[in-house]
Amino acid sequence: MAAKPIEGEQRAFMTGNEVVAWAALAAGADIMYGYPITPQNEIMHYWTRMAPRYDRGFLQTEDEISAGFTTVGGVLAGKRAFTATAGPGNVLMQEAMSMAEMMRLPTVVVVTQRGGPSTATVIYSQQELNLTCFGGNGEGLRIVYSTSSHQDLFNYTIKAFNTAWKYRFPTFVLGDGYQSKMREPVTIYDPATRGIVMEECRPMVGLPGIAGIDREPAHLRNTYNLEDELYDRLTASIKDYQAMIPEVVEWEACAVDDDEILVIAHGVVSRAARAAVDSLREAGIKAGYFRPITLRPFPEEALQPLAARAQRILVVESAHGQLERQVRASLYGLETPVSGYLRPGMGITPEEIIGAVQQTLRS
Amino acid sequence: MALAAQPQMPRVWRAETKPHKFCPGCGHGIILKALGEAIDALGIQERTIFGCDIGCSLLSWDFFNLDTIQTHHGRTTPVLVGIKRVRPELVVVSYMGDGGAYAIGAQHLVSSAVRNDLVTIIVVNNTQYGMTGGQMAPTTLPGQKTETTPYGRDVKLTGRPILGPELVAAVAPPGAYVARGSIANVVQLKNFIQKGLLNQIEGRGIAFIEALSACPTNWRTNAAETWRFIEKEMAAYFPTGELRTPGEAKNGQAGEGTPGAPEH
Repeated sequence: MAAKPIEGEQRAFMTGNEVVAWAALAAGADIMYGYPITPQNEIMHYWTRMAPRYDRGFLQTEDEISAGFTTVGGVLAGKRAFTATAGPGNVLMQEAMSMAEMMRLPTVVVVTQRGGPSTATVIYSQQELNLTCFGGNGEGLRIVYSTSSHQDLFNYTIKAFNTAWKYRFPTFVLGDGYQSKMREPVTIYDPATRGIVMEECRPMVGLPGIAGIDREPAHLRNTYNLEDELYDRLTASIKDYQAMIPEVVEWEACAVDDDEILVIAHGVVSRAARAAVDSLREAGIKAGYFRPITLRPFPEEALQPLAARAQRILVVESAHGQLERQVRASLYGLETPVSGYLRPGMGITPEEIIGAVQQTLRS
Repeated sequence: MALAAQPQMPRVWRAETKPHKFCPGCGHGIILKALGEAIDALGIQERTIFGCDIGCSLLSWDFFNLDTIQTHHGRTTPVLVGIKRVRPELVVVSYMGDGGAYAIGAQHLVSSAVRNDLVTIIVVNNTQYGMTGGQMAPTTLPGQKTETTPYGRDVKLTGRPILGPELVAAVAPPGAYVARGSIANVVQLKNFIQKGLLNQIEGRGIAFIEALSACPTNWRTNAAETWRFIEKEMAAYFPTGELRTPGEAKNGQAGEGTPGAPEH
């Protein structure tokens, strides 16, 4: 048997895409199915270089539709399978993820957001929130982790496999092109050294014994004849999803005891928001910070009391209101005014956020 | 008194789900019987995974005592390729109609053929989309009336019917098995399917079998007309037989000095 990819823990200085490949190796991912698209390509590049040394597989497919459906096949066979994509590839990926949602398949997809809509830029945005949380012709029964740093990329890529296999909903790691391409320090580690036990992967087809003689056959479908059959199936899934929410929902907050204005951001923008709030506090302005880590399920129970206490809310994102819409939906009935600093496809600095906070407080 | 004659079902058929869900006169049951007999003959029930598509083929989702996965329109082959890549000991059968294979899933068919994926693909050609009510398919014959070609298929506007096995035979590397059978010759069809399964088991390459089939419901034909359409009109356009068998040269196409020839 091949040695562990990472012994103990190591400090490293690498790009986010390299971090994801290492995390998938460390998590014991068996195979990656992928199709080239910028800015996720180097996840495949690092994976294809390292995977053979650890008896892991790779298949380059003909498009993201196939990458999604081969990933579905991999998890049906009982293997820790994943793919990575972005932008228009994420659009095509939704067909397979819709099937994963219906059939409760533990797929893992890493999304490195690029500009949208259409081909747009290969660089950066936060415009794939709606698509990743709610893509497909269904109810968005998925788990979406929004990462803000390379350490997050490593931690949540490992966690995504465990969440997916434990709860059996398609799980996404939502990064972006900035995180993919920049280098920063990160600690990579063998999950076992942190007490992380990888969830067992159980096959759904290819089970032991002869079907119909030793056991019942696994007859897996995503099509139903009648409204009632579908409704029963979905009701059971929605119930499971709701029971799961308290166990998987994640967020972070700071300076929210006496804040007059609560700044809400996710992903890499939350780092600028955090820095802006620190600076504003130093200048005597009572600003607070809230970051949803799971965008789906959204941490609305955590946010509600903080939002009720604040006098103003400012949502900051590299999209035109995709996070803001989730915030507003979570806070329906509250009277705290919500405004947005919305820069679709643009990076956001702490200075811009400080300016936006000051302008909001003046208005 | 019990009936003297019971229908002879392949052992791998699931009796609890019979009679099956297909329309009277449909060809699917005959093709799935040929497949069942081939699986019985090879003794591979324990390790065979059956995948079915969208369209009438999905009605086979509980047809066999086999682990079965019903997928999306045109996506059955990628799902089974995904399984096969991580569980090579399994035998995977990708079952779909002509729309799934040649229209919405054509890129997967071509790519799997080029990769010589170890999968056995069975395509049911009944010259139209059955489940959705009889629209034109890539296989609709010139002049044939369907719901979307009510005055007959005009090849100037919509092209000529696709020759699926010929397409696969043209792009698949050596080791591929490609054939076209028909429900009009069940013994031959079963033989083709069995060879196709064996090709995968022996690791030689992709196996692709098209089966000419009947849809009297949408064709609006009686038994005699149905049979005439399969045996005469379809057979004239879609010749049956083996197009590629492993070990043989690729019809001279891959000979020395020709594009795509392997370098040794």
